[in-house]
Amino acid sequence: MDAEAAKLIGAGLASIPLAGAGVGLGLIFGNFLSGAFRNPSAAAANQPTMLLAFALTEFTGLLGFAIAMIILYTF
Amino acid sequence: MYGFRAEGPMEQFEIIPIFSLPTGSNLLAFTNSALWMVIGTSAIIVFFFAATRRAALIPGRLQSMAEVFYEFVSDLVRDTIGPEGRKFFPYVFTLFIWILVSNLFGLFPSLPGVPHGLHTFTPTSHLIVTLALAMLTISIVIIYGFWKNGLGFLKLFWPPGLPWPMYILIPAIEVISFLSRPLSLAIRLFANMFAGHVILKLFAGFVVSLLSAGGAVMLFGIAPFFGAIAVTALEFLVAVLQAYVFAVLTCIYLNDAVHAADH
Repeated sequence: MDAEAAKLIGAGLASIPLAGAGVGLGLIFGNFLSGAFRNPSAAAANQPTMLLAFALTEFTGLLGFAIAMIILYTF
Repeated sequence: MYGFRAEGPMEQFEIIPIFSLPTGSNLLAFTNSALWMVIGTSAIIVFFFAATRRAALIPGRLQSMAEVFYEFVSDLVRDTIGPEGRKFFPYVFTLFIWILVSNLFGLFPSLPGVPHGLHTFTPTSHLIVTLALAMLTISIVIIYGFWKNGLGFLKLFWPPGLPWPMYILIPAIEVISFLSRPLSLAIRLFANMFAGHVILKLFAGFVVSLLSAGGAVMLFGIAPFFGAIAVTALEFLVAVLQAYVFAVLTCIYLNDAVHAADH
């Protein structure tokens, strides 16, 4: 296989982490909402924690993006 | 020196020297990135000067806006670090406002017909800028942590009260997690801004190419047009959220430095 083609396939494969990040973000927001609807008075206090979890989860997806960029532009 | 059109989704990130500094080398130049940092910083300074120029007990419109920002970050610092965190408030506030303004200014449309170098630009869409901010935060955490706690700062990597077999693994994990903090801070902000702007310009590119196709194909340009509007709205949310996340994580890491010896 051409090295250029392999590079492009590799960069495409590096977008698979998006699936995991999507599932994780759905779990975080879904669980936060189900908790928030049960006890709305406690929801506001937990919002920073939820956003922190969102940011940490999102990072795993963004690592895939960083890997794709490394594959495309540094090799 | 520079073209008049940004044709693809990636040209918006191009660094274009506007004028070289008189050092004889082309490497040291005032670029469009620097220009937008200067514009953003000046906008912040002008806004807060105007807002606090006639500070009154009953705030006017500008002063209310400034107070919303101030209280938002102030509450954030107090809730995360506690009363010892007051001395970090100026840093976190500067960081938050600067990242917010840098993120938002890149979302404004460029004035039609301006040269490529003057198009709106997001300084935070470049890894070197966000990495510099992240390294600044982590340097403050490390220096302040050792200054305040002495070697007690190393308790961060040696949490007390675990069963002894855990100490084979936990310090290594803690060290790796600490070392990945500046990277994760930097890559999160950079990748969010970068990916968001690429999507925005991709949708805009669809509209242009479909409309220029002519005939009935032009009708297909309507969907990506509304897509571009929706993505723009999403990008405003992401811009604010990422500034907030950067500030929150900075506070959490500073909290580690302040209270390292306590836990």
